[in-house]
Amino acid sequence: MAEQQEKLVEVENLVTYFPIFSGVLQKKTGEVKAVDDISFFIRKGETLGLVGESGCGKTTTGRSILKLEEPTSGSVIFDGKNLIEMEGEELRRMRSQMQLIFQDPFASLNPRMNVGDIIGEPLEVHNLAKGKELRDKVNDLLEKVGLAPEMAERYPHEFSGGQRQRIGIARALSASPSFIVCDEAVSALDVSIQGQIIKLLIKLREELNLTYLFISHDLSVVRHISDRVAVMYLGKIVEITTSDQIYSNPKHPYTISLLSAVPIPDPAVDRTRKRIMLKGDVPSPINPPSGCPFHTRCQMAVETCSSLDQKLRNMGEEHWVACDQV
Amino acid sequence: MEKVLEVKELRTNFYTDEGIVKAVNGLSYHINKGECVGLVGESGCGKSVSAMSVLRLIPYPPGVIEGGEINFKGRNILELSEEEIQEIRGNKISMIFQEPSTSLNPVLSIERQLTETLELHRGMTSKEAKTESVRLLELVGIPDAERRVKDYPHQFSGGMQQRVMIAIALSCSPDLIIADEPTTALDVTVQAQILELLADMRERLGTAVLIITHNLGVVARYVDRLHVMYAGSIVESGLTDEIYANPKHPYTIGLLKSVPRLDKPKTKDLDVIEGMPPNLARLPEGCPFSERCRFVMDQCREEKPVLEEVSEGHFRACFYDADKLN
Repeated sequence: MAEQQEKLVEVENLVTYFPIFSGVLQKKTGEVKAVDDISFFIRKGETLGLVGESGCGKTTTGRSILKLEEPTSGSVIFDGKNLIEMEGEELRRMRSQMQLIFQDPFASLNPRMNVGDIIGEPLEVHNLAKGKELRDKVNDLLEKVGLAPEMAERYPHEFSGGQRQRIGIARALSASPSFIVCDEAVSALDVSIQGQIIKLLIKLREELNLTYLFISHDLSVVRHISDRVAVMYLGKIVEITTSDQIYSNPKHPYTISLLSAVPIPDPAVDRTRKRIMLKGDVPSPINPPSGCPFHTRCQMAVETCSSLDQKLRNMGEEHWVACDQV
Repeated sequence: MEKVLEVKELRTNFYTDEGIVKAVNGLSYHINKGECVGLVGESGCGKSVSAMSVLRLIPYPPGVIEGGEINFKGRNILELSEEEIQEIRGNKISMIFQEPSTSLNPVLSIERQLTETLELHRGMTSKEAKTESVRLLELVGIPDAERRVKDYPHQFSGGMQQRVMIAIALSCSPDLIIADEPTTALDVTVQAQILELLADMRERLGTAVLIITHNLGVVARYVDRLHVMYAGSIVESGLTDEIYANPKHPYTIGLLKSVPRLDKPKTKDLDVIEGMPPNLARLPEGCPFSERCRFVMDQCREEKPVLEEVSEGHFRACFYDADKLN
């Protein structure tokens, strides 16, 4: 079963800080602690959902794993090799294995390139195909994502948001990766189109045996597409569990309040649910609270929460929680 | 019941190089005094244009309000002079937009932005206006209002900025607030807070609220009645509970099915609406939804259905047998 499945991605104690420079001399005066010591793994063929509010560090996590941001410390083991130590040609070759699908299909496609060139570019960069072979591959990819091969000659502005996202997916698939980071891949789309893209991502995962890290702020979507879900708050993972458990048996107070805020499209059900209103705003990641980052807004907080660092604890059945009050 | 706003057969066109874009195409609805009404539809369905039409804020050229009536407290807004409409805008009808950070003036303090409206529309002295602006900020739940009123927009978080927008909207005790995607740019936890606030204001001040959104889930528990819009006109309307429990238009049914739900067991596949919304410059003959509808009949392609009552207060524009839909 899943327990024995091989791990494709293993993230250990990953830390990514961004320095802040200010003053006339542009001296380093502080750090944005975007990702602050997180560890998790993704098995082969599995989808791990990563949820959290804006600014919690979920995008930086995705980018750090692909080494698009330089992590401050920690390691990312991909298929047995540590990416953090890799450089140059070795890293470049490794990158064809990992791709990224972006949120905004209007900003992520080069408006001056036609669709065929956009999708074919990774194949050229990684020397995987050229000439007729490349064109055939592009046509094949277009069909896979539900577009007509004739569309290869057209330019991004001729397409709607949903179609552009399909082009972005085809580009991500072209180098035959095994791992894809979907960063808010459906968030900018309309409800009816969003459903179509979710369906497509699930279909492709099964056909091509892909592994996804699915980053989103939308818990309903994340739960639908993921096998397991990790919840992030202020640069830390506070809970990881299966997508069935996350709704039926959430443990961390932050997960519970986040879930309670998600609206259910049925007034009869929604009115019976109790909303846990969080006090105040998310603290700044430049100067996060000591101890558990959530203690300033937590209803269950006790005195020790502000001093003790919370580590993820195994609660059984693949359920990990970073809170000693549960 | 007294009607605050009644829109009848509204048509707004945009004259573009591509042809005439019929953004609002025969739209009719009303809002009763103190009522909270939802207008739901996907991007490009004309929901925002219809709201802008109500305040005659359509840019001309290319936009023209071609016909119909907008009756506000017994007067047709479309027949008013520029001075008369100025008297209504912001004073009797206020608007809240999606992106609070772009709606607020970044170089003016919150106090200045609030007192401006109060002095202009309510004829207050500058001292009175200052006291009133602190009271308004307290009303919308901004902590430490007395000090925060001196701050500038960038010193507030997104949720707090939207609270400031609501305070400005409330400053003239309007009869109607039009909130155009008020929570779309906000995180899910903040989203719940803002909607609670709008609902609370309506309870306490008796202001009617029109919430425009693309998200059926968000408004479920807050609105009394719901209008579902597609390609410039309303396809279904009725009491909120009735629409969610018993949708009678294939588009509404499709929308409700295409979002994954947190409270339901995970389904393997989403039941999504295929295809894309029609180009408003080239609307099909007959029903605008016919190209994507799974119940489509020959009649649908020839004739445009009009809103008809299926049960008390529940209207829909569809030819297909209402009892055979679900």
